[in-house]
Amino acid sequence: MNNKDNTPVKYVDIHHKSNDRNVLVSFQNVRISFKHGIYERVIIDDLNLDIYKGEILGLVGESGSGKTTIGRALIRIIPTSGGQIVYGDEEKEVISGKIKKDRARNLKTKIQMIFQDPSASLNDRSNVDYIISEGLRAFHLYKDEAERLEKVEKMIRRVGLSPEHLKRYPHEFSGGQRQRIGIARCMIMNPEMIIADEPISALDVSIRAQVLNLIKEFRDERGLTVLFIAHDLSVVKYISDRIAVIYQGKLVELCPADRLFEAPLHPYTKSLLSAIPLPDPSIEKKKKVIVYNPQQHNYTEEDPADFYEVEPHHYVRCNLEELAHYKTILKSMKEGGKSE
Amino acid sequence: MEKKKILEVKNLSVGFLSHGKKMNVIRDINLDVYEGETLAIVGESGSGKSVFTKTFTGMLDANGYISNGSIMFDGIDLATLKKPKDWLGIRGKRIATIFQDPMTSLNPLFSIGYQISEVLRIHHKLSKEEAKKEAINLLKKVRIPDAEKRFNDYPFQYSGGMRQRVVIAIALACRPEILICDEPTTALDVTVQAQILDLIKELQEEYKWTTIFITHDLGVVANVADRVAVMYGGQIVEYGTVEDIFYRSAHPYTWALLASLPQLGSKEDPLSYIPGNPPTFTSEIIGDAFAIRNKYAMRIDFLIEPPMFKISETHSAKTWLLDPRAPKVEKPAIIKNLSKRIEQVSNELKKEIENGGEDKHE
Repeated sequence: MNNKDNTPVKYVDIHHKSNDRNVLVSFQNVRISFKHGIYERVIIDDLNLDIYKGEILGLVGESGSGKTTIGRALIRIIPTSGGQIVYGDEEKEVISGKIKKDRARNLKTKIQMIFQDPSASLNDRSNVDYIISEGLRAFHLYKDEAERLEKVEKMIRRVGLSPEHLKRYPHEFSGGQRQRIGIARCMIMNPEMIIADEPISALDVSIRAQVLNLIKEFRDERGLTVLFIAHDLSVVKYISDRIAVIYQGKLVELCPADRLFEAPLHPYTKSLLSAIPLPDPSIEKKKKVIVYNPQQHNYTEEDPADFYEVEPHHYVRCNLEELAHYKTILKSMKEGGKSE
Repeated sequence: MEKKKILEVKNLSVGFLSHGKKMNVIRDINLDVYEGETLAIVGESGSGKSVFTKTFTGMLDANGYISNGSIMFDGIDLATLKKPKDWLGIRGKRIATIFQDPMTSLNPLFSIGYQISEVLRIHHKLSKEEAKKEAINLLKKVRIPDAEKRFNDYPFQYSGGMRQRVVIAIALACRPEILICDEPTTALDVTVQAQILDLIKELQEEYKWTTIFITHDLGVVANVADRVAVMYGGQIVEYGTVEDIFYRSAHPYTWALLASLPQLGSKEDPLSYIPGNPPTFTSEIIGDAFAIRNKYAMRIDFLIEPPMFKISETHSAKTWLLDPRAPKVEKPAIIKNLSKRIEQVSNELKKEIENGGEDKHE
């Protein structure tokens, strides 16, 4: 990183190198908009983001920030209207926009999705055996019935249920179990990447941990890449390697998970952090929640906001004036840490 | 100083009839609620916490009935009220409820303003103009910007957090003595959740009502509650002040709930969780309902239901572990140093919270 001479570095300057093998997914100037007649609403504008192979990237934002849209654009449920999404580690290919039908189909085996509401995403009328093996059937990934059953049974044991559950229907399971069926259904395809769209928001706190642990185990076992979408930073902190904070369709901060909690810079990130309920009455009672006001920035035409690097691997959306301010904060933090 | 009891629940049991079978969903609950306090009722889904509070407003489903016990509220036994007419002066007026999903508790076909002024016209017998004026005041109270303009808007034009504010305004309209909040923030984002919790607390200070707060999230409890009752399998298994529950909890179920909070998780070890599922009430529960999921369970837990052991004036727990004959068990390490752990987790964060607000650049 050429940070020594203090020239501001933009995220785009050092990413999207044509063949970085560590990068599995690369969003390049992606723009997503919804059209209704003559009206066009831009949800995501100029998104630049690299997801590394084998990492869990937490994507955090409030409802309406576009976090789900990003996940959906990646598996081609929602079309992009600008820029491109590049996928692959060894061989890169563009997967957004118009691509060949068989490529699109092939992609579905590589990227899988876990949905938020496990009761809405599982078919009520088919049994668990069918739900889990639907993908296998669609892609003919087994030789004969015996092999299919063996695969399904192995997977259902892996997620902590037993083969006798295969003949049952989704309504017979609790929320946590249903979500595990959802994970089994997606993991049986042996994907390279999964998109977990708020997989635990609909679950009780006491069973959330089961699902989080399961996703993490699969990552460690298979080197899975995970895009983990959530609105709660506390959840993401435990599971992710890096966290991206998104506000109204724009990334505002991107940083390794631990570092984000040590040194949050963008005011929106701070407001998200202050909103985490801490299980300690003495802290919680005197806590004041910070409310983020998007008008507080002083962005002008001469000094517009961009996604700048503040320290290695830590990016914040700011203008040059703010960038200097953030750098001094980090510097004083560092010095303060040394003197202690 | 003796605090005044506003609600006194004695030996309450609630049963449901389903397919000709009887299920005991609330099993012999005793609980006092004091005037002006915030009582949080915590438990997983299926622990009976919503059913329990529904008996206070007579809103049990048609196949549910109170099989035993009494609920004393200002000299009236709520358990004996049957006819809708008997409830008129109490439900909504003196005991109001805020529900989890604001979209289902608001009528999508009527404007927000109409729905608030309706309450005022019926309960306070105000005229249409007076009701409108008062309704706008209420909207301002719950911080809806441009209250006058938004008076005629419909629920779908409001965001989730705003809708919940409107529901609070409707509850406010009657100046209730008890406000039951049934998971009011579960469907909301964390930032919005924090704002709604703040709003409820502020309004409570102003109007001096008593809050009964139902939630499954102990993080929220720490923020709002004065006292906490932990429910499991249709019973209260532990109750005490919020400090009792967070710093000196005695029931293994409370330990498990605390330990499973992702806020306390560290990258190195897997998060702990409660294995298995809550009891389903279809068969009779013998012994301690939590025994099969409890790693501290003893043989007696599967045979005899533990009594409520008194730990201090304010704190009681229903577990055999407190019996003098029980072996000493160590609390899970993660809870034992709860405050230390949180300090570790949130040291930097705390600093941010304390002075973060002022850290605005010029």
